Amino acid sequence: MSRDLQYTDNGKLRHFLTIEDLRKETLEQILSTADKFTQFGQREIKKLPLLRGHTVVNLFFENSSRTRTTFEIAAKRLSADVINLNPDTSSTSKGETLLDTVDILEAMHTDLFIIRHAKSGVAELIAQHVPDHVHIINAGDGQHAHPTQAMLDMFTIRQYKGSFHELRVTIVGDILHSRVARSQIHALNSLGVHEIRVVAPNSLLPAQIERLGVHTYTDLLQGLDGVDVIIMLRLQKERMHNAYIPSEQEYFNLYGLTTDSLAAAADDAIIMHPGPINRGLEISSEVADGPRSVILPQVTNGIAVRMAVMAMTLGGASDV
Amino acid sequence: MTKKIDVEVSTLLDKLATELTPLLPNNPLIIGIHTGGSWLAEILHHRLAINEACGSLDISFYRDDFSRIGLNPQVKASDLPRDVSERQILLVDDVLHTGRTIRAAMNEIFDYGRPASIKLCVLVERNGRELPIQADYCGMNLELRPEQHVKLSGPENLSLLIEDSKS
Repeated sequence: MSRDLQYTDNGKLRHFLTIEDLRKETLEQILSTADKFTQFGQREIKKLPLLRGHTVVNLFFENSSRTRTTFEIAAKRLSADVINLNPDTSSTSKGETLLDTVDILEAMHTDLFIIRHAKSGVAELIAQHVPDHVHIINAGDGQHAHPTQAMLDMFTIRQYKGSFHELRVTIVGDILHSRVARSQIHALNSLGVHEIRVVAPNSLLPAQIERLGVHTYTDLLQGLDGVDVIIMLRLQKERMHNAYIPSEQEYFNLYGLTTDSLAAAADDAIIMHPGPINRGLEISSEVADGPRSVILPQVTNGIAVRMAVMAMTLGGASDV
Repeated sequence: MTKKIDVEVSTLLDKLATELTPLLPNNPLIIGIHTGGSWLAEILHHRLAINEACGSLDISFYRDDFSRIGLNPQVKASDLPRDVSERQILLVDDVLHTGRTIRAAMNEIFDYGRPASIKLCVLVERNGRELPIQADYCGMNLELRPEQHVKLSGPENLSLLIEDSKS
C-alpha cells in the first residue's frame, strides 16, 4: 500500500515514508544524489537554488533537536523557506485535530511536510490525506520507521566501506523499540549486504525478527565476531517502565561496547550510533570518541542525505 | 532520424585554439560544461598547453526546469577550484542553443566566487536563443529547424550529429 503512496503513477518518488516498499534504484539514487550535495558544504556559498520559492514545514509532534536541525539546514541549503512547528501533542491526540493542523498549514501553501510523531503510521496517514502537489517525508513515526536516518547510515557505511556486498553488519541494543533498527534492516537488505546480525537481551528482541532476514544473538561477543560495521542503538530509557533490563550497570556489563568487546569485531570495523548517546550505558566514552567511531560524520552526512530526499520528492515529473 | 554533419571536429578545435591563444597571458581558467563541453575543454586545455587543471560543471542543480522535470538521476559532481574570485574564466560548451544552460552555469560559477570575467567558447552556435547570451568564440554556425537538435558524440572520435525529434 505504501508503495502506491510513495511513488507517482509514472514512477517518481512522491512521499518518503518507509524504506520497506522502495525500489533498490531509489535508494541508490538517494545515495548518489547525496554524494553530489556533500561537495557544496566546502564552497563559499553553500546554497543551491533548487527549492527556491518552496515552503517546507518541520512538523515535529515529538521533540528531536538533531533531526529537526539537520532537516532545517538541508532545506535552507536548497534555498527553501523553512518553518519549524512543535504542536502541543496533548491537544492533538485526536486524528481529526492532527489533520486539521495539516490542512491549515497546507492552506498557507506548504509544499513539503517533514513529520515526526510518537505514534506509528502518522506520516502515512497525512500522506493519504494531502493533495497531489504536497509531499511528506517521515522523520520518525513511533516504533515503525525512520527512513532518512537509515539512509544517512547507509551513506556513511558506503563512504567508509565502499560497497555493501561483502559486509557483515551488527546492530546492538534496544531492537524492540527501535524504528531506526527496522529501517536500517530494510535498507541493508535492499542494498544487499552479506549478513545482518542483531544483538540484544531476549526482552529487547521483537518476536519473529528473523523473518526480516537477520541473525539474532543474545551474546555480544558472538554477535560482534568479525563484523565490519557496528551500529549501537540508544537504550530508550523513557520506554523502560516494564523492567526490560535488570539494571543499567548489568546492561552495560553485558551489552555495552567497550575497547574490550570491540576487539571481537574486524580490525577496521566502524562504529555508528544514531544518537543521542547514553555514555556508559550502551557505549563507553573511550569507544564513542575513539578513532573508529563515525558518529559525528553520520550527523554531517544527514544534511546531504536529507537534501537528496527533499530534492527527489519535490522535483517534478518522472525521473526513474 | 540522425545525420552526421560533414565537418572535422578537430579542424574546428584548431581554429578555436588559434583564436583563444591571445587569452593565455591572462592565465585563464578553463571550465567545461558536462558532458560534451568537458570533453572539448580537456582538448583545448591540452592544445593551449595550460598547466592548471580545467574545471567541470554539471548544472543539473541550477536548471530552471527542475519543478517541471525533476532531478537528473545521472547528475555528476561539479569540479571547480575552491576559489574562482578574480579569475578570467573561459566557459566551454558543445552547443549554444537557448542559452539556458549558460545562464545556469554562470549562476553556479558565481556561487564559487566573483570571477574577473567569463568568456564563452562553443563548438556550434545555432539559432533558437531564448536569453540574451552570445558566444565569444565559436567553431561554426548552424541554422536548424526547431525540432532539430545538434549533438556531440564522443569522447572518442568526436563527431557532430543532427537529430530530428519528429521522426
